Amino acid sequence: MGSNLLEIHNLHTHFVTERGVIPAVDGVDLIIRKGEIVGVVGESGCGKSVTSLSVMRLLPQPPGKYAGGEIRFKGEELIKAREKRMKQIRGNEISMIFQEPMTSLNPLLTIGEQIIETLRVHMPIGKKDATNRAIEMLKKVGIARAESIVRSYPHQLSGGMRQRVMIAIALCCEPELLIADEPTTALDVTIQAQILDLMKKLNRDMGTAIMMITHDLGVVAEICERVVVMYAGKVVEEGAVRDIFANPRHPYTQGLIRSIPKMDEEQSRLYSIPGQVPKPGSITEGCRFAPRCEHVMDICKSKLPELISGANPAHRSRCWLNTTQEVAN
Amino acid sequence: MLNYTIRRLLMLIPVLLGMTLIVFSIIHAIPGDPADVILGEKASNESKQALREQLKLDQPLYVQYGDYLAKLLTGDLGNSIRTRESIAEEIVPYLAATLELTAFSMIFAVVVGVNAGIFSAWKQNSWFDYTSMLIALIGVSMPIFWLGLMEQWLFALELKWLPSIGRMNPRDPVDSVTGLYLIDTLLAGRWDQFWTVLKHLILPSIALGTIPMAIIARMTRSSMLDVLRSDYIRTAKAKGISQLGVIYKHALRNAFIPVLTVIGLQFGLLLGGAVLTETIFAWPGIGRYIFDAISARDYPVIQSGILIIALIFVLINLLVDLLYAAVDPRISYK
Repeated sequence: MGSNLLEIHNLHTHFVTERGVIPAVDGVDLIIRKGEIVGVVGESGCGKSVTSLSVMRLLPQPPGKYAGGEIRFKGEELIKAREKRMKQIRGNEISMIFQEPMTSLNPLLTIGEQIIETLRVHMPIGKKDATNRAIEMLKKVGIARAESIVRSYPHQLSGGMRQRVMIAIALCCEPELLIADEPTTALDVTIQAQILDLMKKLNRDMGTAIMMITHDLGVVAEICERVVVMYAGKVVEEGAVRDIFANPRHPYTQGLIRSIPKMDEEQSRLYSIPGQVPKPGSITEGCRFAPRCEHVMDICKSKLPELISGANPAHRSRCWLNTTQEVAN
Repeated sequence: MLNYTIRRLLMLIPVLLGMTLIVFSIIHAIPGDPADVILGEKASNESKQALREQLKLDQPLYVQYGDYLAKLLTGDLGNSIRTRESIAEEIVPYLAATLELTAFSMIFAVVVGVNAGIFSAWKQNSWFDYTSMLIALIGVSMPIFWLGLMEQWLFALELKWLPSIGRMNPRDPVDSVTGLYLIDTLLAGRWDQFWTVLKHLILPSIALGTIPMAIIARMTRSSMLDVLRSDYIRTAKAKGISQLGVIYKHALRNAFIPVLTVIGLQFGLLLGGAVLTETIFAWPGIGRYIFDAISARDYPVIQSGILIIALIFVLINLLVDLLYAAVDPRISYK
């Protein structure tokens, strides 16, 4: 295990709206070590995308607001960093790819221009060298005929190709951290697998750590080493992928795993967690998952449990069930 | 692209043909008679009738229209009833004067309007945004003649910064080659004259350009706001591109297509709508030329003047359509 690349401590990111303050991220702790792939999992609206945009400082302010906590990248505090410093970091040390490859590329610029632009913002490199570098990068992400693709426009490429181009743009400056916000959600299943393979390969070859934001546990099982499960702005469970799949401790994680369709079992109806994610702003005291939980107890409704570990210090969860078990044992 | 251009140019023929028919009908529906205007109220009926016959105004309308069309097809715009001069020759300096004025107004409108729109969108809901959009709203609803008079009062009469009327110093006339005085003075190397001509252009250009400027500013703002919310702008920011780079390189080009449409339409409107400005600033342009022709019931001049404005209008909009393809690689004409 390498040293910590990104450390998020007790991050609070709020949205200030006319109807009041909505705590989209409410005290999140997250660590990503050099070269590792960490999954951040949760339903829509749980705060995983806001966490990633907070790291990049790309949240529009207002309505977004950093209400507390810290984000350290290689020891450097990012929330208080100057905008000028953030520009040096974005695309160069931390890169990001997004869910919608169809709309994430500028339709009026060629693929080459969009890669070269990134290169030339961050390093002193001539146009010709940058073009060669762009072609090389396109080959690296598995694009055939890279020499002609650099001159193509985004609308001439398929969704999978565009996501490869996005990855090429993100990795052309060899960043240490890649934040991937649902990079495969909008793609066909076969293309999804190809993109995941590609990311895994690039992680291995270039040593880029990846923060993989997804709602799909299949993606996590495929490429992640560790996983952080979020629910309603809080981390509810974290640990090695192996441990979490074998022994999920939070009822929410258990529900997520049960809702994956299994090929070898005959089920008439796929399991789904009852109820819905609480509306932002409607969160009350106690455990946020309590209203949907099968094992809800009295204490759950009044007091929020801490994120604690059991016998395995790397596997932590936020549930009274586990603490009472601990007490009982 | 070439095929498309040719097809569009061919489509001009029915458009212009329809145009001639409409203009011809409207003109002849206006009460009044050129013979009255030329010979005066007191002239005898015989002399009036003789003039009508000479001008072929006694013929049935369809014959007159047929004659007009037949001449037009050979490129002959006919002669003015008032001056007896060939319209094709007479109209050129007026047209040049109007082109110079509208082009200058449009440059003013586009430069100020687009930048105000960009800045308003960038700093949405800031005091700059509110102020500039308020000014734009006032600009759209401002009567041109009133704005023109206020400009003359303030900048010409009170402050004496700029000349109030005309295109140039009448005691030092410009040697006209192209009819566009800014270019003529430059060709002659007369910097002092260039400066005088430029000063004469400023007030009428602002009067004429204010409404398009306001419309362009509002259009740019809303288009920019749309684009600034799009995914590829977020991508550009995530790449570490500077604020200015994001706005001018990534957002503006994408936001510019609807603005381009508005610019084309406004340019055409200005060409035809310059009458008020030209009257207030004694600008010898085509608006004045046609206006005077209408007062004198100078039918051939009215017809040809309007036809030429229509032609320019259509050509500008064709140019705008072709520019779309230059700006946006997704648009291609076959």
